[in-house]
Amino acid sequence: MNRLPRFLLGFHILFAVFMIAPLAVVVLVAFTDKNYISMPFDGASLRWFTAILGRQDFIDAFYRSVILATGAATIASIFAVPAGMAIAWYKFRGRETVLNLLLSPLMVPHIVLGIAMLRFLSQIGANGTMVGLVLAHAVAVMPYVLRLVVSAATGFDRSIAQAAESLGATSWTVFRRVELPLIIPGIAGGWLLAFINSFDELALTVFIASPSTQTLPVTLYAYIANTIDPLLASISTVLIVFTFALMMLLERFYGLGRVLGGRS
Amino acid sequence: MNTNRNVLPYWLSAPGALAVLALMGVPLVMTLSLSFFGLQPGGQIDNTITLQNYAHLVSDDYYAGIFLRTLLLSLAVTCSCILIGVPEAYVLSRLSARWRAVSMVVVLGPLLVSVVVRTLGWAILLENEGLINKGLLAIGAIDQPVSLMYSYTGVVLALSHVLVPYMILATWASLQKLDFSTEQAANSLSASSLTVLRRIILPQVIPGVLSGSLIVFALAASAFATPAIIGGRRLKVVSTTIYDEFLNYVNWPMGAALAAVLMVLVVFVTVYANRAIERRFKQVFS
Repeated sequence: MNRLPRFLLGFHILFAVFMIAPLAVVVLVAFTDKNYISMPFDGASLRWFTAILGRQDFIDAFYRSVILATGAATIASIFAVPAGMAIAWYKFRGRETVLNLLLSPLMVPHIVLGIAMLRFLSQIGANGTMVGLVLAHAVAVMPYVLRLVVSAATGFDRSIAQAAESLGATSWTVFRRVELPLIIPGIAGGWLLAFINSFDELALTVFIASPSTQTLPVTLYAYIANTIDPLLASISTVLIVFTFALMMLLERFYGLGRVLGGRS
Repeated sequence: MNTNRNVLPYWLSAPGALAVLALMGVPLVMTLSLSFFGLQPGGQIDNTITLQNYAHLVSDDYYAGIFLRTLLLSLAVTCSCILIGVPEAYVLSRLSARWRAVSMVVVLGPLLVSVVVRTLGWAILLENEGLINKGLLAIGAIDQPVSLMYSYTGVVLALSHVLVPYMILATWASLQKLDFSTEQAANSLSASSLTVLRRIILPQVIPGVLSGSLIVFALAASAFATPAIIGGRRLKVVSTTIYDEFLNYVNWPMGAALAAVLMVLVVFVTVYANRAIERRFKQVFS
């Protein structure tokens, strides 16, 4: 392989700066000792991080988002894992239709999903409740689990399962001892991706969260609409660190490139 | 295989399919059908079926302007994502495995960071007192701060940052199918690296670039957080207008009509345009 032309390497570095700049700026501002947005080079402190501890509303919203994302990712997996195995391992009438239906939440803009859920949940009297939020998020993130399960399940050599069967294993044993262990990384990766997407969701949640069920992105969004101060930066820094930790987990389970580029 | 196995896939996929139908299909039909009803002066929803909301969308310059703005912004974001995403995907495909892993975290990592956080970063950078203005002042490119918040430039910049990873992923997928020996052949015939890029590589990645463009366009047209924070009231787009119609003016039928048009546009772009491209390029390449 020949070497990369120099101008492309320069472009690559500029591009990396472009991608990192907004995140780096948030992290830097979080360490300022001023009352307003400024760089920490002429005076750094941790005061804006300790200030988070005094904001019970943000702390509550964080825990609520964690619970919501855990519930939504888990319910999405309960629906998507069996469906993914069916789609990957069986040829059946309507297979394409089922696949497209299960992936369709990816196509609907979240703002449209938001107003749809607002009306639906109001009609059944569940608007603003945690249950409503979990169900809405579960549907919205189901495609992420499905895609990774399908790609993990189609990715391995089916002859192993046939070998087990020819050695007299029942189909349940084949599933439990051979097939399931092989798709576990896909399930774990899909669950994490669903968790991250639910945790960060704003456009849908903003319609169906009540003041008592506000998630962290909604709380941050409402705060930004009024003012931008270093407290936002310190909270965002905590979020960036949290996301990168999850990303490392994702990388370990399944590989970042495969997760994000994963097609079915 | 016994008959038991033939019904098994249906049992496995039915719960998920029913969940999507009940929790997305039903709410969508319930809400988008609101667009065919009028609004009484008291804020009550009328019982008679009418097309007045759609007539309003077409005839009122206010809504026409919002759709036009959304379209222009999405096109601008798509173009800038092509300009920066395609070369970057090429660079990624040429890096050594180790550097590629590092670069992937840098390039794709932001995709997983909350859009609100990323947009906050851009808001800080774009402000009058922000880094971009300070930098431009320092090098003497401008004599007084230019307002980048609530501007087209600001929204396009921030949205391109949010969406360019999708362009890279789509382009990269087609680059992986690319046969590097064609490039070497061109090199051995003493083509310059620019010629190789233009004549050999670009034609082969065009399907990937096109499908990436469709994804970026659809996501840009339906984005909410970034235009809401960076564009604000001054640069209203379709999604922020839907938000206002529903939560501020409480005109649900009008909001539903806007949402229906947006959804038709997005679904059309992602499904039909994608299919058309696939069909066209199947003939060209196979």
